[in-house]
Parts: sequence; structure tokens; C-alpha cells
Amino acid sequence: MKAKFLIPLLLFIILVVFLAIGLNRDPHEVPSPLINKPAPAFDIAQLEQPNKNFSPASMKGQVWILNVWASWCVACREEHPVLVELANSQIAPVIGLDYKDKREQALAMLATQGNPYTLSAFDANGRVGIDYGVYGVPETYIIDKAGIIRFKHIGPINSQLLNQKIYPLVSELKKS
Amino acid sequence: MKSLFWILLTCVCFNTSFAKDAAPLADDPVIEQRLISISEEMRCLVCQNESLAGSRSELANDLRREIRTLIQEGKSDDQIRSFMVERYGDFVLYRPPVKPITWLLWIGPFVILIIGIAILLGYLRRRNQGIPSTTLSAADNQKIDALLNQDKRDGLND
Repeated sequence: MKAKFLIPLLLFIILVVFLAIGLNRDPHEVPSPLINKPAPAFDIAQLEQPNKNFSPASMKGQVWILNVWASWCVACREEHPVLVELANSQIAPVIGLDYKDKREQALAMLATQGNPYTLSAFDANGRVGIDYGVYGVPETYIIDKAGIIRFKHIGPINSQLLNQKIYPLVSELKKS
Repeated sequence: MKSLFWILLTCVCFNTSFAKDAAPLADDPVIEQRLISISEEMRCLVCQNESLAGSRSELANDLRREIRTLIQEGKSDDQIRSFMVERYGDFVLYRPPVKPITWLLWIGPFVILIIGIAILLGYLRRRNQGIPSTTLSAADNQKIDALLNQDKRDGLND
């Protein structure tokens, strides 16, 4: 009973811990309901070759990475060198989804900054983006051999994420 | 004076026609009404403090267009809600559904209320026990009566 005066202090410490956890979390990182669900199907024109289509079904049997990007998106430019690094590692094909973009501007960006994508699908009106729950470009998905989404990252990826999460996960998925 | 009135009236009329141009939504008031009632209950994910109905972000525009199409296709409100939840998670809903992960959210406040009431009752009971209940002896009563009567005599009781 002597330690009664410590109760408010303890409550305060608990409150501080909760606030510290809450403040260090990014409110834009909302858990995606798409994890462990099949990647939504689509069939839309490619960016570089508008007469050809791309559909995720054609990637069945291999682990691949889907990166949602746009030329108007500043964070995508920041992310771009990391994607080039990822593509150069040749660990898995990187497919771009050019989200709500202008074709000329998108092509110009790839021409000046390098093109990490095996190919890009051209989602002019953002309809495919809606199916993938895109709300903060860039977004990156890792999709396994069966076409199931195993990982989603919102916002630019960096070398740290590449090494600590993406490479290990892709290698693991490739083994299964 | 009369011509001035007509000029003003024409201006007003033209103005309203311009205003109609600016509102792209009101094709079918019934659909718009449903769109508003559904999207007011949803969070815009880009600007998280705004509802989907009130947000002017690109994504909110697209999603409203999508919901409008779903309404035109004859989908029910629940179907439209699950369309959104499948893509963006429960987070889009301002009223989170009751399920194991949200139990704490829903019953937490009531649990805290009950704990509070229990602590209050316990405290009150302990406080009551702490006060020694005294029974007055006959001598005490006499003393009290004497004092009260004295007061009355002195007129202090008024």
C-alpha cells in the first residue's frame, strides 16, 4: 500500500508507451486485405507496345514483382534507382503498372532514368489500380508462382527493404 | 429602370446555367443520393480525415465514379461496401465491423466503464466502513438536548 503513489506514474508510463508506438507508425500504411489473395486479373495494353496486352495470368509459374508507378509521382523518381538495382539483380521479373499517366511522359521518364521493367502495363484511367487497392503510388507487390500476392509495400522501396525483405522473400518463394 | 431589371435577370439566368456546367454529377439524382449516402460512410485513403464523399483527391474521384457504375449495375449497398473492403480493407469504413480483431475497439470503452464503476463502488464501501458508527448513550442525548434548548433560549436557532 505504500507504493500507492506510484500508480499514476505507472499509468502515465503505459500511456507514453502506447503514444510512442502510435506516433512511430505511419498512418498511411494500412494493412492490405489483398495479402495472401490471388492477384486481381486484368488484361490491358502495354506501355511500350500499345498493340500488345499484358495480363497477370501470363506470369503464372514464376515469382514476379509488380510495381505501380507514374511519371507524375515524385516518390517514384526517388525509388527509381532502387528498382534499377532490383532489376539488375535479375532475381525476378519486375512488371510496371503505369498508373493514370500520359504515355509520352511515361516513356520519356523511362528514357531518361533507365527502364527497370521487363514491361509496363498502361493503366490510363486507374481502373486496375482500384482492383489492387492502390492509393499511394509507388506501390510494390510480390506475387508468387500460383499468382497469390505475398507482400505489399506502399511508398518508395529503399535498399534496406530490398535486402532485408524483398530479396529473402523472393528467394524463399522461388524455392517453393 | 425596367430594362435594368431585365439585364440583371438575364445575368442571373446565365449564371445559373454556368453553375450547372460546373456540377458534373447530377445526371440521375437518385443515383447521386445513394452515392453520397454510401461514400459519406467511407474514408478517403489519400486524405484520411475526409470522407470519400467530401474529398477532391484524384483517387476519391475515381472511386466515386466506380461506385456510380456499381449502382448503375444494380448492386446493393452491401455489395458496394464489400467491393471497397476487398480492395482497401476495413479501414475504408468509418464504422468498423464487429469481429474478433475489433472486439477491443467495440467493447473496450464499456469494459473501462465497468472497471471504473467497480473501483468507485469499492472505494465508497471502504470509505463507509472507515467511518466509526457511534451509538449515542443516554448521557450524550441529554447533553445534546441541553445544548439545543440553550440555543433556542438564546434565539440563536433563527
